[in-house]
Amino acid sequence: MTRVLELDGITKRFGTTLANDDVSLHLEKGEVVALLGENGAGKTTLMSILFGHYTADEGSVRVNGETLPPGKSRAAIDAGVGMVHQHFALAANLTVLDNVMTGTEPLWRLRSDRAAARARLTRLSERFGLPVDPDAHVSDLSVGERQRVEILKALYNDARILILDEPTAVLTTQQSERLFATLREMTAQGLSIIFISHKLNEVMAASDRVVVLRGGRVVAERATRETTKEELAELMVGRAVERPKRPPAQPGAVRLEVTDLHLSGKGGAALNGVSLMLRGGETLGIIGVSGNGQTTLAGVVSGLYPPDRGTVKIDGAELRRHDVPHAIAAGIGRIPEDRHAEGVLGDMTTWENVALERLWAPEFSRRGIVRRSAARAAARHILATYDVRGAHLDGRVGLLSGGNMQKLILGRVLEADPSIIVAAQPSRGLDEGAIAGVHRRLIAARDRGAGVLLISEDLDEVIALSDRIRAIVNGRVSPAIPAERADARLLGLMMAGDWDAAREIEAAADKMPEAQDAL
Amino acid sequence: MRFERREQTPAALTVLAPLAAILTALLMAGILIAIAGANPVQAYWLILDGAFGSRLGITETLTRATPLILTGLAAAVAFRAKLWNIGGEGQFYLGALAVSAFGLIPAIAGAPAIVTIIACLIAGAVAGALLLLVPVALKLRFGVDEVVTTLLLNFIVILFVSMMIEGPLRDPLAFGWPQSVPIPDSASLPRLLERSRLHAGLLIAVALAVAIWWIQTRTVFGLRARATGLNARAAAFAGVPLGRTLMLVAAMSGGLAGLAGAIEVMGVKGYVTTDLSPNYGYSGIVIAMLANRHPIGVIAAALFTAVMFVGADSMSRALGIPSYIADVTVALSLLTMLVAIFLTQYRVRP
Repeated sequence: MTRVLELDGITKRFGTTLANDDVSLHLEKGEVVALLGENGAGKTTLMSILFGHYTADEGSVRVNGETLPPGKSRAAIDAGVGMVHQHFALAANLTVLDNVMTGTEPLWRLRSDRAAARARLTRLSERFGLPVDPDAHVSDLSVGERQRVEILKALYNDARILILDEPTAVLTTQQSERLFATLREMTAQGLSIIFISHKLNEVMAASDRVVVLRGGRVVAERATRETTKEELAELMVGRAVERPKRPPAQPGAVRLEVTDLHLSGKGGAALNGVSLMLRGGETLGIIGVSGNGQTTLAGVVSGLYPPDRGTVKIDGAELRRHDVPHAIAAGIGRIPEDRHAEGVLGDMTTWENVALERLWAPEFSRRGIVRRSAARAAARHILATYDVRGAHLDGRVGLLSGGNMQKLILGRVLEADPSIIVAAQPSRGLDEGAIAGVHRRLIAARDRGAGVLLISEDLDEVIALSDRIRAIVNGRVSPAIPAERADARLLGLMMAGDWDAAREIEAAADKMPEAQDAL
Repeated sequence: MRFERREQTPAALTVLAPLAAILTALLMAGILIAIAGANPVQAYWLILDGAFGSRLGITETLTRATPLILTGLAAAVAFRAKLWNIGGEGQFYLGALAVSAFGLIPAIAGAPAIVTIIACLIAGAVAGALLLLVPVALKLRFGVDEVVTTLLLNFIVILFVSMMIEGPLRDPLAFGWPQSVPIPDSASLPRLLERSRLHAGLLIAVALAVAIWWIQTRTVFGLRARATGLNARAAAFAGVPLGRTLMLVAAMSGGLAGLAGAIEVMGVKGYVTTDLSPNYGYSGIVIAMLANRHPIGVIAAALFTAVMFVGADSMSRALGIPSYIADVTVALSLLTMLVAIFLTQYRVRP
C-alpha cells in the first residue's frame, strides 16, 4: 500500500481552547477512513486545516510525500484533495455543469469550453455511478442529488483524496446506502476517502479503519473489522452512553387533535391535509426527509402562523386564534428546530430569554411592566434545575454551548408545565451526553402526562423516544405504526411515501383492543 | 489580524472607550486646525470658553442641546428596533407646523397657558408620529424600504411647510418674509432663566430621556422592541407581535421628532420658517449613533454636539477658523465612536 496522505502532529488553538492537540493521521491508497467523534471533538477543524481553510499552529500536512503549504486551499486542490462540505457550497441558481466548472477555468479566457466540460462530467458520472443531469438547476435538485454534484465537483478537479464532512446528515437511509456503495466504487478505482461522522452505524458499515477523536486528541485507532459499535461508542464519548430506557406509554385522554390542515406558502414546504391525534402520556414521532412539511406542521401547532384550512384542537377545545401567546396559553410548549435563529436571542440575557415568550403572563408582568425579580427567579431556578452550565442571569445567551442552550429552552418550556410539547429536532447538533439529557427530560414530561409531538430527522432518536411513528411526505402524514414494529426498512419505505405496509400494521394494531386506545 | 467577540465587556471599557473616541476625534480635528494656521489647544479652549465661559454661552448651549436631545432620542428609539427612521428632519418640521396651525384655533389660544401648551405639544408629537407611521405601514404591508421613504419625505415636508407659510399660514405682518403667523403667547414655553433663551423644553427633553430608558428596560413593550431589533425571527417565535411593536416604536420615534419641532417653535422662535432647523433631524441620527442608541447617552451626545456648534461659532470669530470645524469634529467623533463601540464588543488578535 502507498501512503497518500499524512497529517503529522497538528495542533490548533482558538483562543484558550485547544481544538486539535498533536493529531497525527494517515491514509492509504484505496482506503476509507472514518473520523469519528462527538460534536466539538475537532474533526471539522482538522479537515479544514488539511484543506487549507485554517493554518495549523504546529504540524504539517503531506500529500503523496509532498508537504502542503499551510493555508492554501488551491494547493490542496492541486494536490488532488477534494472536500464535500456538510453544508453544500453550491450556487442554487446555476446549472449542475456551471457549478462543476466554477473555478476550473482561467478567469480571463474569453470562451469557456462547455462541450469538453460536459463530456468530462458525463464520463465521470458514468464511471462512478453518479447520475446527474448537467443542465438541471441546482435549486431543482433533491438533497441527495446536490451531494452527488458536490462529489462530482471534487472528482472533476482530479481529486484522488476525498474528504466528506458528515455526508449522511441530510440523507435518508436508502440514500446513505447508495452513497456508501458509491464510495466503495471509488476506492476500487484507486481513490482514498476520509469521512467525518458521529454516527456509529455508518462508520461500521462504510469504513476500513476508524480514527476516534475526543477533545481534540486521537484517542484510538481501530480496524473496523476488529471493533464493535459498543467499543467505538465508549471510545468516542469516553464513557458508556446509555440511551434512556423508557417505561411503556400510559396513553391518557386526547390532548392534541389536528384535522385536515392545509397551508401553502408560509414557512417553506406546504401542508396538504394533515390529520393526526396525540394523547397525553405518549410520544408521536414524525419522521421524514427535510422539506416535506415538518417545519410547517411544527409552526402551525406552535402558533407561528394560521393554517389556510383545517383545525387544531387542544384538550378538546379548538384553537381559534393562531398566535404564539394563545398557543402557549392553551398549553403548548415549543422546542424550535433552530435554537440560534428561533429558540433564543443570543444578544439578550438569560433571564430575558426565559421570560420573553411568556411576558404577557401575570407571572412575568403586571400592567405592562416586567416583573424583573420574578423573571430572574424563574431563570435562576431553571439554571439550577436543568444544570445549564456557563450561564449567568445577566450574561448573553449566545455564549452558551448548543447543549446548554437547549437545556435552557427545555427548562423554559417544561417549567410552564405544558400539556403538549412540540419538539422539533430537539437533539440536532448536540453531543451524545447532551442528547441523553434532552431525551430523559422529554420522557419524563411524557410520563407526567404531556403529549410529545417529536419531529425529527434522526431515526435513532425517533425510535428511542416514540410510542407511535408517522412519516411526513409531501405535506401528508402516513399511517401510524407502533414504535416496536419499526425497523430501518419499514421507516425508509414510509419516508419514501410507500405506505402499504404501514397501513396494514396500523389496521392490525387497530384490531387489538388494548392497542385501540393508543391509536 | 482577527476579531473575536468578547464574552463580557469590562465596565471600565464601556466608559473609557467613548472618551477615548472623542479624544481621538479632537486630536484629528486639531491637525486640521493647525493646518488652518491656529493653535489647536487655544482653539479648543476658545470653543469651551464660548460654550461654557459665560452665562450667555451656557444658556445658548443648553438651548441648542434641547432639540438635539429630542431628535437624538427619536433616532435612538427607532434604531434600537432596527427601524431606520431617517425622516427626523421632516417630522421635526411637521411638528413645528402643527403647533403654528393649532395656535390659530381660537379655543386653543384662549385657554389657560398650561392647557394650550399641553395641547400644542401633543399636536406636534401626533403630527410627527403620523408622518412616520405611513412609511412604516408601507414597510409592513408591502416591504417598502423605510430608509428611502422617510428620507424622501423630508423634502416633501419642507416644501409643504414652505407652501403653507407662503399661503394659508403666512404672517401678514412679516413684511413679506415667508414665515408663519406667530403662536399665541399662551403657547410659549416658560423661560428657565431671565434674560436668556433657555426654556422649559430642556426639562421635558431630559425627562423624556429618562422615561424612555425606563420604558426600554422595565416594560414588556421595551423588551419586545429590543428583541425585535436584535433578531426578528426569534422574537416572532417568542410571540412578539412584530407589526404592532414596530408601529408603536414608530409612533414614539416620530412623536419625539415632532415634539422637538413643536418645542423649538414654542420655546425659541415663536413662528415657523424653512430655516427653523439647522439639520436637527439629521444631527439626531449622528447623536443616536454617538450614544450607541442609549437614551441617557443621548443627553451626553447632544450636549457634546451643542458645545461644538455653539463654541465653534465664537472660536471662529476670534481665530478666523471657519466654524465648519464643528461639523468636522462631530463627524470625526462619530467615526471614532463607531470604532470604539466595535472594540468594546470585540477583541483584536494579531
